[in-house]
Amino acid sequence: MTVSVLMVDDSKLARIVVGKAIAALQPEWTRLEAGSADDALKLLEGRPVDVVILDYNMPDRNGLDLAEELRDRFPDMPIALATANVQDEIIGRARAAGVAFVPKPVTEEGLRDFLSGAALRLRSRRA
Amino acid sequence: MSIAPIRLSELESDALTELVNIGVSRAASGLRQMVGRQVVLSVPSVEVVSRTAAAALIRERETGPLVAVRQDFHGAFEGQALLIFPEQNSIELVRSVTGDDLAPHDLADMEDEALSETGNIVLNSCLATMANMLERPLEMSLPQVIRGEGSRLFLLGASSDGEGVVLFLYINFAVSERDIRGYIAMLMDLPSLDTLRSLIGEFIDRVLGEDG
Repeated sequence: MTVSVLMVDDSKLARIVVGKAIAALQPEWTRLEAGSADDALKLLEGRPVDVVILDYNMPDRNGLDLAEELRDRFPDMPIALATANVQDEIIGRARAAGVAFVPKPVTEEGLRDFLSGAALRLRSRRA
Repeated sequence: MSIAPIRLSELESDALTELVNIGVSRAASGLRQMVGRQVVLSVPSVEVVSRTAAAALIRERETGPLVAVRQDFHGAFEGQALLIFPEQNSIELVRSVTGDDLAPHDLADMEDEALSETGNIVLNSCLATMANMLERPLEMSLPQVIRGEGSRLFLLGASSDGEGVVLFLYINFAVSERDIRGYIAMLMDLPSLDTLRSLIGEFIDRVLGEDG
């Protein structure tokens, strides 16, 4: 079964950047996009998603709020928060929710550890 | 003489907002280190308006006097970056940055120095991040503390008369558990906007064209 990864960012360009990094690291994965937290939730109602990468600073609801909601619903899902905003409170909340940090601007290098960790977790769960 | 306002395409505007977002997020992380409390940011607004209209956008939200730390930047593109607060927040900001144990008259003595230092760190980190991502160096002037209304903050030292359009970027911020809030704003004149637009184009090409 192929792995699907959802990128949530209000910036289309940022989604392209993340998408390219994922394509380079995990070319087999199916990439899905949402431009807001609400769109992401809508998409998640319609289909299963294995991995989620969220932007932090978005209009309406920020990525950390969405991450916490997703964590409640999907206790094992690998989730990452992409931001240049490395304030202690944000890092603390992300850690508490079991959410990984990816520095913005997102690069292959910055995404590598999260994606390989996620791939490992998904493989071991499916094994 | 009228100049047709430059319209950024959807992707250009998206890229610029993202650049500002990353720059301001870094700046907020720096400010958080200084004040010891979380700094909450809004999503950036990007508008092409006259300086007068930019001032009006701030003035319609702020009735009282304002204080700003302003730094001019020069390089491939030029403009002014400002960290703006309601004047009544200013001492509270200085107290947050210097610690709670300074006597009130010491705080007042330190006020401008602490404001310019704070502005310097926040604005530099924001502009430097943007310059790095656009791959063009920017030189920053020394910070200057200005008091007055929005119009004074935005018009001071500007080459135009206030009617020419500028690119106006602004973000609201607030400090948790402290009565501190304000704006990070950037103004760029039209010739800079042209250059900025082509740099954003190059940035987009770099982002889109790395397939190899």
